[in-house]
Amino acid sequence: MTEIVPTIVTNKAKASTKASRVSMTSAPKKRPTLTIILGLVAILWMVPAIGLFITSFRSTTDAQSTGWWTTLTHPFTAAWTLSNYSNAFTGAGSGTGQSLSSEFLNSLAVAIPATVLPIMFAAFAAYAFTFLEFRGKEVFFAVIVGLLVVPVQIALIPVLQTYKAITQATGIQITGTYPAAWIVHSAFALPLCIFILRNYMSTLPNALIEAARVDGASHFQIFWRLVMPMSIPALASFAIFQFLWVWNDFLVAYIFLGNGSPVLQQGLLGLLGQYGQGWNLVAAGSFIVLVVPLVVFLSLQRFFVRGLTAGSVK
Amino acid sequence: MQILSVLISVVGGLAVSFLIYLGLNFVVAKTNTRWNARLLPYVFLGPVLLLILVFLLIPTGLTVFQSLQKTDQYGLQSFGGLTNYVSLFSTPSFLQTLLNNLLWIIVVPAVTVIIGLGVATLADRLGPTREKTFKSIIFLPMAISAIAAASIWQFVYYYTAPGQPQVGLLNGIWTGITHADPVAWLQNDTAHMNSLLLMVVVVWLNAGYAMVLLSAAIKGVPEETIEAARIDGASERQAFFRIIAPQIRATIVAVFITVLITVMKLFDIVFAMTSGQFNTNVLGMEFYNEFFSFNNPGKASAVVVILILAVIPVIIYQVRTYRQQEVLR
Repeated sequence: MTEIVPTIVTNKAKASTKASRVSMTSAPKKRPTLTIILGLVAILWMVPAIGLFITSFRSTTDAQSTGWWTTLTHPFTAAWTLSNYSNAFTGAGSGTGQSLSSEFLNSLAVAIPATVLPIMFAAFAAYAFTFLEFRGKEVFFAVIVGLLVVPVQIALIPVLQTYKAITQATGIQITGTYPAAWIVHSAFALPLCIFILRNYMSTLPNALIEAARVDGASHFQIFWRLVMPMSIPALASFAIFQFLWVWNDFLVAYIFLGNGSPVLQQGLLGLLGQYGQGWNLVAAGSFIVLVVPLVVFLSLQRFFVRGLTAGSVK
Repeated sequence: MQILSVLISVVGGLAVSFLIYLGLNFVVAKTNTRWNARLLPYVFLGPVLLLILVFLLIPTGLTVFQSLQKTDQYGLQSFGGLTNYVSLFSTPSFLQTLLNNLLWIIVVPAVTVIIGLGVATLADRLGPTREKTFKSIIFLPMAISAIAAASIWQFVYYYTAPGQPQVGLLNGIWTGITHADPVAWLQNDTAHMNSLLLMVVVVWLNAGYAMVLLSAAIKGVPEETIEAARIDGASERQAFFRIIAPQIRATIVAVFITVLITVMKLFDIVFAMTSGQFNTNVLGMEFYNEFFSFNNPGKASAVVVILILAVIPVIIYQVRTYRQQEVLR
């Protein structure tokens, strides 16, 4: 997944939006030409992935001697094998010196905190931006909006150098450890997450929060007991986003984890570097890397889409 | 064993972060009401401001500073003024890199928006089942990482010497139809063909995003406005360009900008597929090469600063749009 930066939309037309239409025509027609055109686009879209998927079940000799499409003519007599998956999963041949199975764990260890932490930090900040009064509020928020589109590359070198300087001064190894990646991922996710959550929280009924204040609840209590539970849709959408983005990230992991605790993307790149030895292993590796995002994506697609549209189309 | 250490660090990391807030709140709760009201916003905001300051704003300053440092052959740094920039802009290959970036910027956002808009508009006219199926298929690549996408497409563009079996799809089709020699697609920069083939991958990844946003916008267009146009005798095409398009303009711009930013800082697709060789280099790749391959942080920083300068107009646009939105609120 490529990183998504939402862009703010001023949409005057949106105010008059009524419930979404199911179709542009009141009675849906068959429209065979349109179906064929879109069907062709869909097939074109799927073919590259299908090719790799089929290859992941072929032996090295088969994968090197004939194109994957030749199996389509005799799908039941072709020699299928699952050994690519077991080889890719347990073999240490991925170039990072670790097997995909241990990289799988590393990916989880990076992605889970790097999803939860920025959401927690951002939720607190979004609460302050929505319900608290303080000096410089507008300026701070304008800075955050400006940071939405700043590329990660801007901070990588100084942060890496600082990590290394601290290691030299204190002897504590930082690069190669999970927290090194968590913090960088969190910091870069914050602007977007604050932006989305603040937009969402500002739609919550203010009267409810004020009533709780009158009843003597502290802001901390209101935050945990009232605002957080009510913000679950927005939190869920962003969580899916951030999880996919961290899971699929290569650059930050490569720089801050290196070969200390490599993640799946690094392992897959290592496999890809050896495609000369047969595409079947790369193919199996790709689908091992893909399985988690695909499951998350397919099962939570509705939240994901809601998050996307909340980010920009308001 | 590894599972255990993973578990411990994950739980530990989350617990420590939570305790920071709890501790800060505890301290503030001890103060009197007046101070409490003043300090509380900073308890909520403090850790975030600190993170943004330490990991985004200060490093940005350091990157700019570092871009003015030159590195000698021993790896020592000294102030060099604009040396890095001068050296970059006097290298023909860097100018070629900038040109490539420009090509990406011209082609990819526009094509992505057009495909997204096309699928969104056409699918909108089908029944709900077909619409959902087609849209899901176009959308699916969004879940795929750049490295996995690179594997998928590297396989499509795969080349082996003539006489060898061609197992890559594109060469399979090419040799099957023309009976000519197979083409090393990613190494051939005639008319920037290899760059264009890399662009296909990025469009493939991002068209679904464009489609989802544009589809939501199209469904938000009030039915009455389209009906009114139809009654006045507008054709489908006129209804689209005169009625729908103006109403979803803001979303089109938003999607365009998002893809634009993605393309400007593009790195991993190029890295995994060509490493910037064969004249496919882009700024994100050049940054990596200067820093990791040539061990020249000064020059790498200069590349990033050039990238940021290119992004600044978009940042200004973002903040301005946000201000307008706040006024409308």
